[in-house]
Amino acid sequence: MLNLFPKQFFLFDPLAVFFLSVIFIVSLPSAVYSFSYLKGEYSPAKIILAWFLLIIFVLSMAAVVTAANALIFLIVWEIMSLVSYFLVVFDTAHDKSIQAGAIYIIMTHIGTAFLIAAFMIMYQYAQAFDFLAIKEACRSMPLQVRNIVFLLLLIGFGTKAGIVPLHIWLPYAHPQAPSHISSLMSGVMIKTAIYGIIRFVIFILGVNSSWWGILVLILALISCLVGVIYALMEHDLKKLLAYHSVENIGIILLGVGLAMFFISLNLPYLAVFSLIAGLYHLVNHAIFKGLLFLCAGSVYKATGTRDIEKLGGLIKKMPQTALYFLIGAMAISALPPLNGFVSEWLTLQAFFLGAFQVAGGTKLFLGVCASLLALTSGLAAACFVKAFGVTFLALPRSNYARSAQEVPLSMRAGMFFLALLAVIFGLLAAWIIKLLAKITGSVTGIDISSMKFSLNNFILSPQAGQGVYLSTPWLALALIALGIAGLVVYRLTGRKKAVMLNTWDCGYYKLNARNEYTATAFSKPFRIAFSFFLLPYRKTQKVRESFYHVKSFTYETHTTPVFRKYIYQPLVGLVIRAAKFMRRIQPGSIHLYLAYIFATVLLLIIFMPKF
Amino acid sequence: MNKIYFILLQLVFFMAAAPLLSGLITKIKNSLRLRKGQSIWQPYYNLSKLFLKEEVVSDTASWIFQAAPFVVLGSTLCAALLIPVFIFYTPLNYLGDLLALIFILALGRFFLALAALDTGSSFGGLGSSREMFISSLVEPALCLVVFSISLRSGSTSLAAFGAVSGVQASSIIAGAALFLIALAETARIPVDNQETHLELTMVHEAMVLEYSGRPLALIEMAAYVKQTIFFLLIAQIVFPVGLPVSGSLAEIVFWSSWYLGRLVIVAAIVAVVEVSVAKMRLFRVADFLGFAFVLGIIASICAILGV
Repeated sequence: MLNLFPKQFFLFDPLAVFFLSVIFIVSLPSAVYSFSYLKGEYSPAKIILAWFLLIIFVLSMAAVVTAANALIFLIVWEIMSLVSYFLVVFDTAHDKSIQAGAIYIIMTHIGTAFLIAAFMIMYQYAQAFDFLAIKEACRSMPLQVRNIVFLLLLIGFGTKAGIVPLHIWLPYAHPQAPSHISSLMSGVMIKTAIYGIIRFVIFILGVNSSWWGILVLILALISCLVGVIYALMEHDLKKLLAYHSVENIGIILLGVGLAMFFISLNLPYLAVFSLIAGLYHLVNHAIFKGLLFLCAGSVYKATGTRDIEKLGGLIKKMPQTALYFLIGAMAISALPPLNGFVSEWLTLQAFFLGAFQVAGGTKLFLGVCASLLALTSGLAAACFVKAFGVTFLALPRSNYARSAQEVPLSMRAGMFFLALLAVIFGLLAAWIIKLLAKITGSVTGIDISSMKFSLNNFILSPQAGQGVYLSTPWLALALIALGIAGLVVYRLTGRKKAVMLNTWDCGYYKLNARNEYTATAFSKPFRIAFSFFLLPYRKTQKVRESFYHVKSFTYETHTTPVFRKYIYQPLVGLVIRAAKFMRRIQPGSIHLYLAYIFATVLLLIIFMPKF
Repeated sequence: MNKIYFILLQLVFFMAAAPLLSGLITKIKNSLRLRKGQSIWQPYYNLSKLFLKEEVVSDTASWIFQAAPFVVLGSTLCAALLIPVFIFYTPLNYLGDLLALIFILALGRFFLALAALDTGSSFGGLGSSREMFISSLVEPALCLVVFSISLRSGSTSLAAFGAVSGVQASSIIAGAALFLIALAETARIPVDNQETHLELTMVHEAMVLEYSGRPLALIEMAAYVKQTIFFLLIAQIVFPVGLPVSGSLAEIVFWSSWYLGRLVIVAAIVAVVEVSVAKMRLFRVADFLGFAFVLGIIASICAILGV
């Protein structure tokens, strides 16, 4: 007898409440932002549709993280995917939207198929879909089955999270939606996949093989590096941010994967600490990525383009947007004392603390992982120097940028709120960690009452015995005090006022925007250093009037999309060839179709008693 | 109260000694080339000259350009306060650890790179791009160096790092890796060249090309302090100073002079390297720092093996 009816529909445990608050922290400013953003961009009827979809989208995400039953989870998960599909194709005027939507909906359903398979296997053991019943049943699940369920869940949720190589849809779909939706998709929606991994793998399935954690760690590291390297090559502002989402999902998963690894090694303190680092980065990424997408939307609204090669000088036209973008860029580049810095520091500490505890070669593995995370944060900083510098600084490169104006109040309010949160979540780290410790304690079932992660409300201390501390409020104070000291020296020693003159031009008369460094030029060293992966190639074309006179010359440089070209295109080709082959059984003859029906009935009659 | 004296003392030490270290390197380099060269005090003359000079600001620049020198100086001095300078005492241990130090230095670099883009000059963009390229490749090697030394001291705390005494194979290899990193971070040959204004070779100089007068003085000061931070770290890894046992005056004098003496040794090695190798192509810096990364891995392996 199928036992489909849920005993409990929704569950509000600490993990669910945490994710609910992350959803609402980003949804609220995005909704406020969309008041002015939608106005003038779309027709009134479409604006109403946008609000309708936004509300359903937020509610479905809220339902995903609170569902207490796998069937309900799947239903709301599907609603979330479908609504976000409609939001991706919202700008129907663009061909790109349709294409992006198609890639998105195919990938997301492949992911859902894996989830359904995993839930079916779990149902076989629990005879119910309720989470708590499944959790009970998973204790008696054989190891092989557990491994299969874990892999199915990892692929299913990994597709939604955008883990490399399943990230293919993310840089298409996220930028194509209206900007406040992009901020929700990148800031929150992909986090529901992390929720799924924590809920189903750590909470329900329970980790007892150490290779699970290692697999997640390796996938996370690949996501980090691939995401940030592609972001460096990208000159579409929103696409660049979307690639950074791939990177940051990797950083979050480093924390989660480490936690899984330490749970399997039975190191409870480290498991809790790593999961805290992961969850902290999760909420931080929601804040600063939400903020950055809203800023990118403001830039798009003000200039009508997302191509940073056509922008420049916006800091004078849009001073507030520029400031908020700078805060977001500093946070994502892990610069002190903002929130991204705290969570990356915690993740690095988790690696180091783990390395002190485990034995032998694993130490080296964790050390190398930590150093690759450091590389990621270095590359991210470079990418955001490029993104901020080329978009907001120097001279405008086109008329789009020249005619830009600051965006209306409601958009600024949305950005201000998130920028403020980025600062607050940096400064109040020690206090927030106490809350996160409670959540991780309840998820992992580890008693945290004897664990301490901070000295007081201002000073973090993961290794209290060894005297390791980090205090963002004091650090901020020291930075400001020393900066002001520099300013005082500057003021006191100055006798003459600064003279405003042209930028030095080597005697060349009048520099203009054409002489500025472009984003392509900025990222050239990276393109060469990572050429083994990016496989850059050039296209040159000469248009000749005669043999002696070249009328025009075009020069293009591209990088090869490795995953699309070597994984997805052959795969799609295979599917199409298989479909063409299968078409032979559909020749259009009604007699043949009748024969099919007859054969089916016959087979059913023969095999039915077996069921 | 005691703490504030120590903080001020440490700040004064850095501000006073950092330019001297640069002057010393130049002096040694010139002696090796059999030149008379400039005085060892030349960096101080340069700074005082810059403080008196008129300041020219590009009319393309925004507030980022004006704020950057203070952020650079503030973050570098903040990093300097985390380092254990006076043998046994780290005044601001609560502020952060070795890992935080990397990120604090990144803050100043981030703003300097933005300021370089702010004036719209091609030189600025060139410097900014190269600086971020080099610094992002430095990061993993630096992280591994921190990893190997914290495996030895048992934590990432700078106080614990300062208290480590005795040299092992791992510390010498980590010191070598950090030396390569320091060459890259402090704009030295073979990565960058402080003595030239040729656009093909510039990194740091290209970034600060638009600065003049007092802001340039502040940035130069920050660069001297950063260099001292790196040299101190190398010195502490390769030539650690033990804790004074008896606390007698003679012992304190001995350790203090050894403390400064080891900085001179590092400076001398840098000078020798600078006169004996050629500047390398920018894209070969990736190999150079890759080598530092490999050294970091070897240092970590040695530290894991306990040798």
